[in-house]
This record gives sequence, C-alpha cells and structure tokens, in this order.
Amino acid sequence: MGKRVGIIGVGQTHHAAKRLDASGVEIIAEAVTRALDDAALTIADIDAMVIGNMDHFENINYVDMWAVDGLGACMKPVFKVTTGGTTGTTVGACGYYHCASGLFDVVLAVGWEKNSESDTQAAIATCSNPALERDFFAGAIGPLATEYSMYMKAYGATEEDAAIVAARDRNNALNNPYAHSRQQVTVEDVLKSPMLSYPIKFLDMCPRSDGACAVIFAVEEKAKRLCAKPAWVHASVVRHDYTHFGDLEWTFMPTLERASAEAYKLAGITNPLKEFDVAELYLPASTCGVKWMDSLWFCEHGEAPKLVRKGTFQMDGELPINPSGGVISTNPIGATGLIRVGEAAWQIMGRAGARQVENVRKALATGFGGCSWSDVMILGADLP
Amino acid sequence: MNIMGLYEDKRKRTHTPEGYELLTLESGHLEYDFHWHLGYCWSKFLAGLKEQRFLATKCSQCGAVYMLPRQVCGRCFLEMDEWVEVGPEGTLEGFTIVRFPYIDPNHGGMMQVPFTSIWVNLDGASTRMMHYCNEYDEKNLVVGSRLRAVWAEERTGSIHDVSHFEIIK
Repeated sequence: MGKRVGIIGVGQTHHAAKRLDASGVEIIAEAVTRALDDAALTIADIDAMVIGNMDHFENINYVDMWAVDGLGACMKPVFKVTTGGTTGTTVGACGYYHCASGLFDVVLAVGWEKNSESDTQAAIATCSNPALERDFFAGAIGPLATEYSMYMKAYGATEEDAAIVAARDRNNALNNPYAHSRQQVTVEDVLKSPMLSYPIKFLDMCPRSDGACAVIFAVEEKAKRLCAKPAWVHASVVRHDYTHFGDLEWTFMPTLERASAEAYKLAGITNPLKEFDVAELYLPASTCGVKWMDSLWFCEHGEAPKLVRKGTFQMDGELPINPSGGVISTNPIGATGLIRVGEAAWQIMGRAGARQVENVRKALATGFGGCSWSDVMILGADLP
Repeated sequence: MNIMGLYEDKRKRTHTPEGYELLTLESGHLEYDFHWHLGYCWSKFLAGLKEQRFLATKCSQCGAVYMLPRQVCGRCFLEMDEWVEVGPEGTLEGFTIVRFPYIDPNHGGMMQVPFTSIWVNLDGASTRMMHYCNEYDEKNLVVGSRLRAVWAEERTGSIHDVSHFEIIK
C-alpha cells in the first residue's frame, strides 16, 4: 500500500464539437489554469505531470514536447500516457501512483483531445488488426452495437432500456455548463433518432468533442494543508483483456467486473449500489449504461434492465449516475476518463454546482478503452 | 492579464478579440504506406484460407482453440504448437448493421454502407472471428443462427478469401 493521496483541484474547459477559438496547447493551458485556481496553487507547486491523448486523432506526435508551455512543464518531469479510451482515467491513475509512491508530493494529471481535427472513426479503426479485423470493425460503435445485440438476446434487454439511459445522461447535461451537447430529449426522441449501427441510434452514441481536463493529486500531508475537503483516493485499479475482438466475453464486461471487484475490496465496499452516493461512468453509448451495470456488481447478470426501468440511476434515484451528462454529452477522448475522475472529485468536494448530488461520501469513476479494458477509481470524503 | 480569456466560454467565437479570423490549417490528403509483418501464425492462417481451410491454434494447457490463431495463449501465457481445422460452418454470436459512413483507414475513401459486421463462432473454435454477413435487415439476423463461409473465387491469402458468411436456411 502506498501513501494516501487526495485530489485537491479540478479544471476543465468548456467542451464543444469544435473549439476553433483555441489550439490544442491553448485548451491544455485553459484546463491547467482552471485546475490550479481550483486548488489555489501556482505552477511552482507542481512537482510532476502526466499528460495523455490519442496522437492519431490530431496526427501531431509528442504532446509532451509541443504542449510544454501550456502545460507549465518547463524543467519539470513529464510523463505521457496513452491507453485509448481509458487514457484519461489512466492519466489519473498515474497521477495517483506518482504521489502514492512517495516520490512526488503534488502531481498534475492532464487529458485532452481535439477530436474535430480528424475523422474519429477512421482513427479509432486503426486500433484493430489491419490484416484480420480492421475491415469488419466499425470504429467505436461496431463492437458496442454488437455486444448489445448479444445482451438483448441473452437477457431480454431492449432498445428502449438504452434510450432511458440516453435520455437520463442527456438531460443531466443541462445542469453542466461545460458539457458539449446540452439538449432536452425524451426516450421517444432517442428511439426515433437515425440508426447509426443497429441497435445504436444517433442519440444513444457519444459525440466527438474538443476539450481538456486537469486534476491535481497531492499526498496526504500536502492535501490536508492545501485543501479543506480533498477527495481521497480509496482505490485505483486497471484491467486489460485479450487481443482480438472475438476472444472476449461480451454478454458481460469481464475487465470491468474484475477491476471493480478488486477496487471494492481495496476500498472495503461490499454493497456498491448502497454505498456509493454517485457514479461518473465512462459509458460511450447508452447501451453500456444498461449492460455494464451488471459488471459493476449493482445486480446479477441480466438484471440491469430492471434497475434502469425502475429509475435507480436517475438523479433522484438510489445511485445517480452521470450528473455531468456523461460521455454521450461530452467526449474529448483523451480527457473523457479524467473528466469522470474530476467530476467524481467535485461531487465529493461539493463543487459540482447545479449537478451536485447531496452529501456525497463515496464516488465511483470508471474508464473504458479499446475492446475491452477498464479503469476504476473510487474516491471518498473520508481518509481511506 | 488573462488575454486568453481562460475563464470565458469562447465556444462560439469565430474571431480573435482583435477581430482576426480564427484559422484552420488544412493538411491536404495525407497518405503514407505501412508494411505490416504478419509473422508465422497469421501467414499460415492466411495460406490456409487460400486453400479454403480455417486453421486454428490449440492450447495444450487449457484446451482453448483460437480462431484467429496466434502463437501464445493469453490466459496460460504458453506457446501453442498444435494446429486444428475449424469451421467452415459456425454460429452467429453477435452482429451490427453499420449505416453511418466513415473514412476507411485502409485507403482514405468512404466506407460503403450498409455493411453487416458479425462475430461468428466457427464449429470447433473457442473464440470468434469477425467478418461480414450478406444480410442487411436486422429482422432477419438472429443471434444463434447457423452460418456458412462463402469463399471468394479468387483467393490471394487474405482475410477476404472468405467473401462473407451467409445464413444457412
């Protein structure tokens, strides 16, 4: 067990389909400045930084070189991390590991993306084997659509169950001034939106966004001194799976199941549905907001549709999920996972504005990447 | 101070505060070639397709039969040296009918839609392979359906030596 670590500041940009007003390095500067201000620190207080994105979206390599100015990294140790969709949460995990190791006191984690600068689906398709799988793989949507076809068949889940999740996240985004897509939608609107890739429709799917997020981690002594109410890291767990898409178990999500089981063990959580007060989950499509609930141990396999229909995960439900509007409202891919961590931290710190859930003591954040791996981070108001 | 307007919501801006247009640099069409080395297992697998055979590798420890074949069993972290033939029939395990067009990373042109992407579990294999199905109506695609490989007339040692899978009626 490493040192105890808390999150003491979070900053994010106003996310949009296209941030013509700011270059990549300028949106990074925005997020970093906002996080420093949130923590009432200056760049001189930062001992090391971790930054991540997916190079092939911008076709500019070495963000750890060209963004040094905006990052505030002159003459500081910088580490670049890139793990596909989980980049943001892995950047967060690395920020945590840096502090927990005892080698650094205050670490800045930054995730960012300028998705508008290229074709996202074509870039994502390069994750799959070029000789054997790429031609059949439809970017991020293909496997998500396929896995839900399997889940519907196995457990009787419906397209409407997914639409309930889509409407929830999209309507929650109305309370988030940073969200990219803020529109009031009904379940009916979702079901009637154009089919992208059966059974996923336009309003079920995440957008591609420009944006950045920065989160500041500090070791216990510093966190206590610098922040009245840090969000303490109770657990941070990563799990990867097989190489080929066809190798994976798709009626549940093994990496999420294993990562969350390990994280719950570390954090002493036995009944996640009851013990968490809020969750910010990386749900790239509304279908994941049905299927993956099983794999977070909220219920038995196949029971998730019932919870979704009951309203368990609505803002006034037992466990509000994605008060921020989630990934289907905002998706600057390298930042997306870190926004989950940052939003969960703000919920603990009481800084979530109009989307604040009352009296949050424990919060869950997740990241999803490739096909299919999972990051899980648990934050708490009390020291772990 | 704060010329960059770090706290403003600037999402709708089209010009700088001084009135200059916010610019975008167009890269033009970028194209460069890669040469991916397929190695022992995939070269042998693709040679098999040319002969209308699906060759899979089998783990001597856990017994898993991998389609697509590879050298190491991920679960056991053990080298596999046993090859078995699977298919050419199998079971449809999942599908999607892709209707949104996007750029094909193979050549930069647009993908032809709709296309049906499937996961098929070939008889005798423990894992699935991805391929196409020639059915484009979700009402006619049922998870659990039986499928058969349709071979391309001209086979060159590529994954497209299988033209697609068809539903066995």
